[in-house]
Amino acid sequence: MTVASSSPPSRLPPGDTERVAPVREARARAHGDGALAALFIAPALLGFLVFLLWPTLRGIYLSFTRFNLLTPAEWVGLDNYDRMIHDPIFWDSLAVTVEYVVINIGVQTVAALAIAVLLQRLTQSALLRGIVLTPYLMSNVVAGLVWLWILDNQLGIGNEIISGLGFDRIPFLADETWAIPTIALINVWRHVGYTALLLFAGLQAIPNDMYEAARVDGASEWRMFWRITMPLLRPVLAVVLIMTVIGSFQVFDTVAVTTAGGPANATNVLQYYIYGSAFGRFQFGYASAMSVALLVVLSAITILQYRLTRAGRSDLG
Amino acid sequence: MRLRTLTALSGALALSLLTGCAQSSGTGSSRNTVTYWLWDANQLPAYQACAKGFEQENPGLRVKITQLGWDDYWTKLTAGFIAGTQPDVFTDHIQKFGQFADLQVLEPLDDLGIKDSDYQPGLAASWVGQDGHRYGAPKDWDTVALFYNKKMTDEAGLNADQLNNLAWNPEDGGTFEKAIAHLTVDKNGKRGDEPGFDKNNVKVYGLATNGGGEGVGQTQWSPFTGSAGWSYTEKQRWGTKYQYDSETFKSVIKWYFGLAKKGYLAPMSDYNIQSNQANTQVAAGKAATAFDGAWMISSYKGFKGRDMKTALTPVGPTGKRATMMNGLADSVTKGARNKEAAKKWVAYLASDACQTVVGKYGIVFPATPAGTEAAAAAYEKQGIDVTAFTRPVNDKKAFRTFSFPITGYAADVSALMKPQMEDIYGGGAPISSLDKTNDQINFILNQ
Repeated sequence: MTVASSSPPSRLPPGDTERVAPVREARARAHGDGALAALFIAPALLGFLVFLLWPTLRGIYLSFTRFNLLTPAEWVGLDNYDRMIHDPIFWDSLAVTVEYVVINIGVQTVAALAIAVLLQRLTQSALLRGIVLTPYLMSNVVAGLVWLWILDNQLGIGNEIISGLGFDRIPFLADETWAIPTIALINVWRHVGYTALLLFAGLQAIPNDMYEAARVDGASEWRMFWRITMPLLRPVLAVVLIMTVIGSFQVFDTVAVTTAGGPANATNVLQYYIYGSAFGRFQFGYASAMSVALLVVLSAITILQYRLTRAGRSDLG
Repeated sequence: MRLRTLTALSGALALSLLTGCAQSSGTGSSRNTVTYWLWDANQLPAYQACAKGFEQENPGLRVKITQLGWDDYWTKLTAGFIAGTQPDVFTDHIQKFGQFADLQVLEPLDDLGIKDSDYQPGLAASWVGQDGHRYGAPKDWDTVALFYNKKMTDEAGLNADQLNNLAWNPEDGGTFEKAIAHLTVDKNGKRGDEPGFDKNNVKVYGLATNGGGEGVGQTQWSPFTGSAGWSYTEKQRWGTKYQYDSETFKSVIKWYFGLAKKGYLAPMSDYNIQSNQANTQVAAGKAATAFDGAWMISSYKGFKGRDMKTALTPVGPTGKRATMMNGLADSVTKGARNKEAAKKWVAYLASDACQTVVGKYGIVFPATPAGTEAAAAAYEKQGIDVTAFTRPVNDKKAFRTFSFPITGYAADVSALMKPQMEDIYGGGAPISSLDKTNDQINFILNQ
């Protein structure tokens, strides 16, 4: 910055100034950029260290202790992990979480893909894209509460309509079999627009002439979807899947406001069990051990997904 | 130049954020201010009036009251204990007492001179810990009674006298079951005790549901288990053996949740702690009666277009009626900034001076007899008959009162019993499954 305006060395002939100066300027800019970059990275780095790295390391340490937050942690070795392996509620909550993720991600991905393709192939309307995104603007807690009231077995308008049509009322959130699918679909409703928009952005990157060429060859929309859209969207789809699966495994707020883990632990997802153990029962050591287990599961799934979907490579170009 | 300014500015910002976090105590108290937390918004004006009296008696001292909703209250209190931003004095519940005692966050109150005889029976004794020290000063009490929608009972031909003299047993349910069966009406207008009653299409349930009741059943099954002679643990306080595996308990629970199978008690699926508790079901006209606590009197009174009355709990196989008698207390935290002032405030809260003032608001029954009397008079002025709640306290011949279970590991007991009772009520788990859960609980208590 300041260097750029300094006068060139006097021994150079006037004509050479223009040739040399840019080189110096570039080097100087590189130097200045480094400091500036460090400055811009600093807040994020600070945040990463304080809010991510340190808590993670401390969480791993606490998983080897008996700790109730108020008295000093006491080292117990692998006790918490031993207890976890023998805790039927832990395995049950892991199974409930997997059921949730499968329904949530399965329905959400298919629906988001359908919306994204329709948005790309049929319309250019920004208004429609905006409408698709609206549920995402609502907080999870509000969305959960609104659906709770709509679906209430006795008083909900949803069940009033169902019984008005002559069907039996459905205890969506109060029945052990219905509760998880219901919560999964509430979250699909909230997130599908956002996921669709991410996929839509991926679709925009596919050159239009491919479709034109295919059309000239007489390919149907269906065939074009499977032969052009899907293969070329794969890297984006893979990243979206990894992100949504990780998010899905961490479901908590919707459960907390609609069912509080019930009925009879039917929606006791892992995050909720961890929360209850820590902040309800003050067993922070055990809760930390379960969090570490969740971390391991998520890491494994992410690596597997990344490998299977070859997310790092594109088929384009 | 600009770069350096930027760096300096961001550094300053980061610093101010960090120090800001460290300094904000959240309570904003000085040594002369006693911070006090409670959860019941209805009671706030009454305690503000008490605070005024206290400040007049103790010049220089101030009381700062904070009210938080039940759920936030305990979360924030926990966070406060961890961060050191807890209030000096807070309203304490028996269910949490054991846990706080385990965590050693309460200040002993032995030197306050709290005498059992100054309060309604049993209230003061509940707040003595396992170590023999007192950790709470009695504040108020509540019992449970049967709220009923008078229009519906009139239509069913049941008068107040009949409703006050119901009896039940775990075999055929007695007159109590007959009454709620008769109060149940299906979609076609058929009553629960009439031939052709459709239990799968009930329009109005005889009895509203408050869920499975976890391990306590305060407004669910405890009036029945109590009048069958059952107790939560092997001794009144700080027991180490829960008795959920007793045959008496199992027979009562089987009968009670069986009422839902017959269509008289609203099913588990109708209950939701957020959207549809028993009082909501009654307000919406979906249930004719509900067991609920004295703390709900004003809520039921406020239902628009519903004439709500109360009846005594039914007589059980022991020949007695039963209700839980639960009492709140005020506790001082170990981290209180000015313990002497905090204890003074608690002593004042536990005195007749404050409790008669609170009683006059007619929103809760204070723990001292004078306070209770003031409350009963205030309710009467509002046209509310509270004998169904006060008689269990005064008439020990006809009534058995029992306290909330007081043991260690209360949170663990609740975490195990909540899904267990829900599973019996709504999921069709066999009654015998209580044995295993009871073993798990007693294992935790004795580890």
